[in-house]
This record gives sequence, C-alpha cells and structure tokens, in this order.
Amino acid sequence: MDQFLYSIPVIGLVFEFFGYLIAVLPLIAPITYQAAVPIAFAALCGVMCERSGVVNIGIEGTMLVAAFVGWTAGIYLVPVLGSTPGPFFGATPALLIALLLALLAAVLVSAVHAWLSISVKADQIISGTIINIAALGITGYLNTLLAKSSPTGAGQFTSWTPPKFLTDLPVVGWLFSTFLAQGPITISLLVVVIAFQIILFRSRWGLRSRAVGEHPRAAETVGIDVIRLRYRNVLAGGVLAGLGGAYLSMELAASFQAGMTAGRGFIGLAAMIVGRWTPLGAFGAALLFASTTGVATSIKIAPPPGQLGDILTSLPPQFFDALPYLITIVILAGVVGRSIPPAADGQPYEREAAT
Amino acid sequence: MRVVGRTWAILALPVISIVLSVIVGSLVIIFSEWLVAGNLEPGLAVKAYGALVNGSVGSFNAIVNTLVATVPLLLGGLSVGLAFKAGLFNIGAQGQFLMGALGAVIVGVQLSEQPGIIAIPLALGAGLLFGAFWGFIPGFLKATRGAHEVVTTIMLNFIAVAFLAYMVSGPLKVPGTPSPITYDVGNAALPIILGRNGHLGIVIAPIMAVLYGFLLFRTTRGFEIRVAGASPDAARYAGMSPRRLIVWTMSVAGMLAGMAGALELLGTTHHMTASYGTTVGFDAIAVALLGRTSPIGIVLSALLFGAMRSGASAMQIQAGVPAELVGVLQATILFFLVASPVIKRVFRLKGAQSGIEETSTFTSTYGGEAKIA
Amino acid sequence: MTSEVPAVPEVADLPDVPEVKAPALEMRGITKRYPGVVANDGIDLEIRPGEIHALLGENGAGKTTLMNVLYGLARPDEGQILLDGKEVHLTGPSDAIARGISMVHQHFMLVPVLTVAENIVLGEETMTARIFLDRREAHERIVALGRQFGFEVNPEAKVGSLSVGWQQRVEILKALYRDARILVLDEPTAVLTPQETEEIFAVLRSLAAGGHSIVFISHKLYEVLEIADRITVIRRGKVVGERVPSETNEADLAELMVGREVSLTVDRGTSHPADPALQVAGLTVDDDRGSEAVHGVDLEIRGGEILGIAGVAGNGQDELVEALVGLRRPTGGTVSLDGKDITGQPSRAIYGAGVAYVPADRHRFGLVLPFSIADNLVLTSYYREPYARGILRNDAAIHDTAETRIREFDVRTPTADAKASTLSGGNQQKVVVAREFGRDLRLLVLDQPTRGLDVGSIEFIHKQAIAKRDAGTAILLVSAELDEVLELSDRIAVMYRGRIVAVVDGRTADKNEVGLLMATGGREPAAEAVAAEGGTAL
Repeated sequence: MDQFLYSIPVIGLVFEFFGYLIAVLPLIAPITYQAAVPIAFAALCGVMCERSGVVNIGIEGTMLVAAFVGWTAGIYLVPVLGSTPGPFFGATPALLIALLLALLAAVLVSAVHAWLSISVKADQIISGTIINIAALGITGYLNTLLAKSSPTGAGQFTSWTPPKFLTDLPVVGWLFSTFLAQGPITISLLVVVIAFQIILFRSRWGLRSRAVGEHPRAAETVGIDVIRLRYRNVLAGGVLAGLGGAYLSMELAASFQAGMTAGRGFIGLAAMIVGRWTPLGAFGAALLFASTTGVATSIKIAPPPGQLGDILTSLPPQFFDALPYLITIVILAGVVGRSIPPAADGQPYEREAAT
Repeated sequence: MRVVGRTWAILALPVISIVLSVIVGSLVIIFSEWLVAGNLEPGLAVKAYGALVNGSVGSFNAIVNTLVATVPLLLGGLSVGLAFKAGLFNIGAQGQFLMGALGAVIVGVQLSEQPGIIAIPLALGAGLLFGAFWGFIPGFLKATRGAHEVVTTIMLNFIAVAFLAYMVSGPLKVPGTPSPITYDVGNAALPIILGRNGHLGIVIAPIMAVLYGFLLFRTTRGFEIRVAGASPDAARYAGMSPRRLIVWTMSVAGMLAGMAGALELLGTTHHMTASYGTTVGFDAIAVALLGRTSPIGIVLSALLFGAMRSGASAMQIQAGVPAELVGVLQATILFFLVASPVIKRVFRLKGAQSGIEETSTFTSTYGGEAKIA
Repeated sequence: MTSEVPAVPEVADLPDVPEVKAPALEMRGITKRYPGVVANDGIDLEIRPGEIHALLGENGAGKTTLMNVLYGLARPDEGQILLDGKEVHLTGPSDAIARGISMVHQHFMLVPVLTVAENIVLGEETMTARIFLDRREAHERIVALGRQFGFEVNPEAKVGSLSVGWQQRVEILKALYRDARILVLDEPTAVLTPQETEEIFAVLRSLAAGGHSIVFISHKLYEVLEIADRITVIRRGKVVGERVPSETNEADLAELMVGREVSLTVDRGTSHPADPALQVAGLTVDDDRGSEAVHGVDLEIRGGEILGIAGVAGNGQDELVEALVGLRRPTGGTVSLDGKDITGQPSRAIYGAGVAYVPADRHRFGLVLPFSIADNLVLTSYYREPYARGILRNDAAIHDTAETRIREFDVRTPTADAKASTLSGGNQQKVVVAREFGRDLRLLVLDQPTRGLDVGSIEFIHKQAIAKRDAGTAILLVSAELDEVLELSDRIAVMYRGRIVAVVDGRTADKNEVGLLMATGGREPAAEAVAAEGGTAL
C-alpha cells in the first residue's frame, strides 16, 4: 500500500506526459511523420526480405546508394532535360528519371545481396555487412570526387497542398495536413504500407512468401520455386529501401552527404522487429521511433509547465536519440511481448534435387 | 610439398580476393575519374596504389603509423574472431570500442596528474571494463532471453554513440569551449616506444593475439568455446554451460574491442570529441573474416587493413584519389571471399578453404525462437 | 516379372479383379547414380489403380531416391516412367503434382504457423479478383474432401496446434486437393501411435477403394503385411522380390530385405541384478513449452539390469531422460543414485557420479562433427585429469586415449585426427559408445542407441551394452523400436502420456500386449487416442 501511495505522483506525471503529448501532437506530427518515412521504408524492405527467409542488414547501405544515385543522376540529367517543374510535386523530368535510377540502383545492390545469400548461400549477415561497407566506401569515394566541382542536383520534390477544407477541419484537420501536405514519396508510404499488409496476408504471393520464410522445403514440395521467390522478394525489398534512400536526397533535402542515412536502415530493422514482421506493425514502430525526434523537438521549443517540464527538459537530447534502440532491446529481451522471426529466416535454401 | 599444398589451400582464396579487389579498385579509380573529370588516365591507378604503398610502408615513420593503425584493427579482429569461434556474431565491436575509449578517457582525465605507472593501468583497465560490460549486455540478453546478438549489438552501437555524445557534451566537457571536447589524459597517455607515434599498444596488441591463440587451442575454456560454436547442443550435452559460455565470450570479446578503444584513445588521440568514432567495428569484421579467425590470419589481415588506412591520406594528397577507396577495397575483398564457391570454380581450386564456410552458422540461429538452455 | 501382364484394353468387360487392370504407373529400369553410390539400380515398379503397393526396404536401400525420381526431385540416369502407359519426363514436384502424383513426406511438409486451409491450398491457390485468395471456396472443398474420406477438419485451425495424426490427415488432404491419383506415403507411421496408425490405415483403404493408387514406403514388416495389396522389396538399390501378403510372412520379408536370415533375438545371457542403482520417485518434468510432460514417474533400476522404456515417441521419454542426466530441471520428485540424491544437479555433476548418456541424435548432441575423433572422444571428460591439467589441455593424453579407444571399439578410421563427419553412421555411433562406455559406470542411459545403423553396428552395440550390464552397470534403454526393447530388456516399463502405465518382465513380455499398452495406456483406447492434444511440433 505504501508503495502504491508513493507511486501516485509518478502516475500523475505519466498522465501529465500523455496529456502533453496529445496537446503537442498536431505540432509534432508532421516532423514525426517525415522522420518516420525512411525508417518505415527500411522496415518494409526488411519485412519483404525476411518474410521470405532472407535476413537483410544491408538495408542501410542500399538506402545510401539510392540516395547517392538519385542526387547524382540529377546532376547529369538537369543539363540535358532542363529543370522546369511539372504540375505535380514540383517534379521535373530530370527528377523523375533520377528517382527511377535511384530505385534501379537499390535493386542492383539488393541483387548482390540476393545472389550472395540465396545462390552463393553465404552467411546473410556477412553479406549485408559487405553491402554496408561497400556502400559507405563507394558513395563516400564518388561524393568526394564530385564535391570538387560543387555541382547542383536536380532539386527536390515539393509537397502537395491538400484542399483547405480538409486541413481546416476541426479535430482531424491536422491528420490531413500531416499525411497529405507531403511530397510524393511520403504520400506513397501510406499506400504502400496498406497494400503490402493486405497482399501479404490475403494474396497468393503473400501466402507463398510466408510459407517460404517458415518452411521452404514444404513450399518446394508443392511446386513453389523457393529460390525465385526469394530473389523476387529481395529485389522488391530493394525498391522499398530505394524509396527510403531517395526520400533523403530528393524529398527531405536536395543534397547528399557521405553516410547521410545515419543508421536509419538499422532503426528500420529495429522497427521491423518491434512491428513483428508485419507491414502495419513496422510502420507503427517506425512512427513510434520517429516520435522520439518529434517529442525531443517539442520539448525544446514548447516544454510542458511545472515539474514534468523540469524533468523533460533536464533529459539530455541524446537520450531521445538512443530511445528507439533502447525500446528495441527491451522488446527483443522479451520484457514487453516477444517478437518471433520467421522460422527459416537467415537460412540458405538447399534445393532437394541433386540431379 | 604437402606443406606447400596445404599452405596454398589456406592462402589461395584470401590472396586471390586481395588481387581481384586491387583490380576492381583500379577500375573504380580510372572510371570514376573519367566519369567525373572526363579524362581517361589508366596511369592514375598505378599512381594511387604507389602513393598508398609509399604512404604505408615507404618510410620508417610510415611503417610506424601503419603499426599504430593496425592496433585497433587487430584487437577488434580478435574480438570479432573470438565471438565467431563461439558461434556468435559480434557486430558490436564498434560500440565496445567507443565504450572502451570512453572508459579510458573518464579515468585518464581524472588521473592525468598522477604518475603514468598508476594512471595508465587504471585508465586502460577502465577501458577494458567498459568494453567488457558493453559485450556482456548482448551476451547476457542472448543467454537469458534469447535475444539475437546481431540485433542487440547493432542497437548497442547506436546507444554507445549517443551515450558518448552525452558524456562529452555534458559531464566530461571542458567548460567554456565552443564545441564539446574533453580534457587531455595527460600522464595517462601511453608512452611512445617507437618513432614519433609508436605507442605501447603496438606491443600489447600482438601479445593479445598470442594469448588469443593460446586460449582457443591450448586451454579447456577454448575447447568449450569451439564446441559451443560448432554445436551448441553438443556443448550442452557434454555438460558445458552454453549460457555461461555466451556471456563469457561476449564479455571477453567486448573487453578486446574495449582495449582497442582504450589504446587508441590513450595512445593516439588523448582526448575525445562528441563525434569521436571510426569505422573500426566494421573493419574488424573484415579483419576477422579475411584472417579466418585464426590468430596469425587476424594479425596479417589487420596489418593489411592498417597499412591501407594509414596510406590512404597519402594517396588522397598525392594522387587525388579519395581515401574512401580503402572502404571499397575492403568490401570487395570480403565480397570475393564470401563468393568463394564461385571463385573456386573459376580458378579451379579444389581444396581451397575460405574459412568462411565454418562461419555460416550465425544467421541459422536467427530465425525461430532462439533456444539456449 | 513386372511386364508379364500386358495392358488389356477391354478391362471394363471383366469383373473387378486388380491383376488385370492396366497399371496407373510404371517405372522401368530406373537407375540413379550419386557420386560413389548407385542409389537405384534398374528398378522396375508397377502400381495399379486402386491398390496399396508397399515399397519395403532398409534405411538406405534406395526407397527415398526412387520416390524422389517419381516426384521429379531427382532425374534418373536411365529408365522410363510411364503414367497410364505413356512415357513422361518429370521436371519437378509441380510437374508431378500436375500429373496427379502427390507425396506425403516422412517429415511433414506443413508450415506450423499457417492454417490448415492455407497449408492445403499453398501452391494450388484459387483466386478471386486475380489478387486475393478465395478462402471460402477453399474451405468448402477442404471440408467436403474430409467428409468424403471420413473425417472432419477445421480449415481455420493452425497446423502447429494439431496432433501428429491430424497433421498427417492434412498432408493427405493436401494431396487430394490436388486431385492426386497416385499418393506416395514415405514412412507414414513413424511418428504415429498404433491407434493413429489404424486410423490412417482406414483412411488409406477408403482412398484405395475410391480408385486412388497408394505407394506405401516402410521398413516395418507387420504394417506392410497388414495394409498392402502387393509388396515390392528393394535392397541396395535393386528390386529383390515381389510378394502378396497372403503368400508371405515376416521372416520371408525380413530375409529379402536384409539379405540373410536375421536372428530376431540376440543372445543376451542371464543377468544378475544387484542393489538398486537408480531410484526415481514421483518425478515430474516440463517440456520446452512449459507444460508438464512427465507426470510423477517412479522407477528403480538395479545394477546389472537393463530396464527398457517402451513407448511411442513423444510420450515424455525425452523429458524423462533429460531430467535423469541433468539436462532438464525436474519440477518435482527425486532422483537418486546409489541412495544419494542427485535431483536437479547439473549434468557434469551427474556424469561425475558415474552416469553416462548416449543421446538419441548423435549428429546434434553426441558428436561435434567438424572436430577430430580424438576431440570427440573427450567431449564429456576434457576437463578432467589426465585430459586437462588445470586450465590447460593435455593433448598427449587425449591422443593416447583416442588411439586406445579406436582400437578397443573397432572404429574404422585412418587416424584419430580425422573429422567425425568423415565417418559412417555406425562408426560415428561407435565413437559415442566408446566415449561413454569407456569408464566405470553405475548407470548408463541409452536413448535410441542404434537408430539408423547397419545390422553389424547394431549387433556390436547390443553386445557392448550386455557386457556393460554384466559388469554390474544399471542400464536404462529408451527406444522407439519395440523389438530392440524386447530383445535387450530385463524389465520393460511402458510409458504413455508422461506416465509409466505398466512394468512387465522383459523375457516373457508379449509384443502385442506391450504394443497395446503403448497405444492405449491400458485404458479405454478409443476416446483417449482420438482426443487431439496440443500436437507435436514438426
């Protein structure tokens, strides 16, 4: 009982904190959502690969390559195609083609991972590590070379302006501005998440992917080509990671810096785990992780009053940086609900036929 | 003759991988120059490699610098290699390295006025402890909760970065400086024993490599580690305690990486900034893999990567080829090693071993609920 | 022999006599070579519509290879496959399935986390709107198919939660869903209780009556005699005989299968049991999922006595054994050795007290395959004198012992430094036996000591066990092979659902009686066995 009485002030602070969160939600929602986009795409790439049994810790590198290619392609395309923006999202032809090239590059990088881990049957974590080292090296290398001539890229996608009657709606208006007053890659995220969730659990491809990730031998005995399906999923995952990377250099900013993914690919993996290998869950976890950025920002600008404010402002900003990783460890340790990967995750598949 | 054959079986794939990656590197140098600057200059690769070699072993000072650059790679490689032997993948050498450096700087700054004979061992010891603790956490989580160490160590790397940034811009910050920086470690700095920069670490690291080999192949604990790595079920059946081995191995691995960080800080940088850090953790994975987790192999590959790291700036200055090329070379070496089944077919090497075959067990424990009893 | 019966076109005119029907499937002169072995050597096989055709052979005789050929998983080097008289070239499982051939694998090819319906439609999905799975249609078909062959299935149940017997039905439904006409079952009864086996047999008979052809692969003689219409026996990749059950018996089949008259009993001599070595009282043990798998077991084994545990796999034997040797903590009860309480002690302490354990799975537990034989021979004693001095290994002592053991136990290897993975199965098990038998023991726990071994190795290991018994060691023998238990044991404890339901004398025990106890636990059979429990994981 004593303990309970002592805990009352703490409970009060917790309620106060949630009250604060709700109050600042419209304010931090756009920041949070933007921060969540690359994490969510990385996480979706992870779901796509691991559901079919391929561990991909090279997402970070894949995104970095896409970010680099998207930006660099712009440099070369603008002189040829000009930079007159089109009617939507400020998209110039150069920007669109650069985006396509970014996705293509990400798919190529994924193809390397797919080849090493599916065909060569190398350890998938080592393969992912190679991709990360290589991506950091080659993009850093080329970026240093390019930086000598301080070039300008193709610019960036701009945000859509949703109709005013939507964003001015009472209570929910901020939701529309959060999700819709965004660039094309950001808007596409929501579509991708929902579509992915549905097809993973309702379509033939989804069923087969899940079967291959859990018990590839069983899938092969009913005539499913495990190798091809895994290739396909890893390459499709490349598109998703590519979107996440392109977002960084083509929508969030119009520039590239060496190592600009800054660990987002890894947080994406964490989001995938916390989201229990489902697209919706991964998206939710990405939002949760990104919200630490949003909350940290809002505490800096508009701290809550009183004791809670004192506590929150005294927390170092690095605490919020570390929070996503701490949450992931806590969840991995099974303290709050265990998260179990697909059973065949990470295991190379050896075809039964020895013809 | 048999000895030659066996040595070649061990060396063939690493050597071929290195040679192929040098070729790939040349292509990268030549074509990127052509793409960016528009001039096709095949001689540039020769120039770049010449500068790289010259910058790493071309003079006494260059050799000393190479040795100094080798120290953290060697210890990191031992850290990752030890974990590999136990069937664990320590991607966390990076975080353990940072924590080791942090521990060393905390104690080193406190004792900067004390005589070196007291300050150095205590600062170094603090680094080892910090590193060991950062390795203990994933080991403990794996042993007790089944949390896969690949993911937890990646998370801990980022937590270490945040923690280090907090410490340097908070408690350890020199007041009144514009950008966060710690005090110098003063007398806790390692003595220079060779040339201008050759600190004590260039002796300590090889000793650790010897101890590593001794531990693995001459002690019962080493036998346990190797059994647990090759077959955790057999280890359990044999009455060993895989849980305890996991915790022990990860702690020692963390200690080795922590030692790398502590030696680097006490021997080279002497203070810390908020963005302190290198890619040593990932390089260490490359070192351990290229060195096939054997003590001699790790020493040799650490020397190779150390030479590349220390020659890279000379290459950038003299040949105008960005230092990041080293990362590309490392990645391609690893790529060819990992692709060894294909390399073997192409070069018609039957008995050659990459050493990576034995390591293909980490991800196999990734799926399903990790079960260690 | 197989082509004696020509295809008779006017089958319809004749009464329903199986012999004159055109074969549904014919395999002619199938030869399949793997590096170093000829797995199939000119095999002829003929399967008629509506028959249950048993393929009998020892492990490694080439049954599985032949079926892989039939299923398109392996391409034959020579020979033809004819379906309804027309030659086909099978390119893979999907091709085989499309032609009406389905296989039920020994290790079920089911995905535990998916539902029954998802498992069944996998690879054969019907769609709505081109994207989505048509779940309603699938459910209806599955339920209807189940009814047709006499069982009700819940298409929404997770396969992982079903009992093994039900999982097998799901496998059969999977085949039927694909309109299989030829159904191949690879060792379908290996994991079933006799009761479940009977139920599956009933299903198979009704399938055959409906015109399906069934290939039943087994090495269990009595089952083959019970279920098959015809039996083809293969040995070392060749067909060595064809039989009809009414004209043969177990001894005849066994001789065909093994190649020489096998003595079905070994000379076990007489045993002289002494004082109790192991006493177990009220032992309860949980399984991996935390539910109780052993419910209060009492046991006593005396020195110089072999106690066999008979039971269908998965009735708590694994948990019992692991608890006895300290690999699993009991939740209640006591275990004592020579009167000293050893309950819940770590394995190392228990081994130290004179207990040795030969685990069921030598690849996973008993050996470290990439390590040398010498290292494997000290796997459980490396930390003791003389193999260790303090924290250091004594390589000289390890090597000397290895040389001795290799000689004593006739392990066929060029050197003690050879990797364990280079040995044959029999020699691998000899390494385990040499290690565990090679010291003074009070209690020896043998878990499936001869599984998958050749006859020679089995004989050798049985002899060693009897020698150990005669030296005064108490032996606990757990085996899925009832015959092995019957041959060696002085007393037989029957384990059923985590309990010892009966202890019978080993020399007078009746096989059928023990089998019935294994199947039913000695109580009302029907209701008990049908109740689907948590199910064993795949």
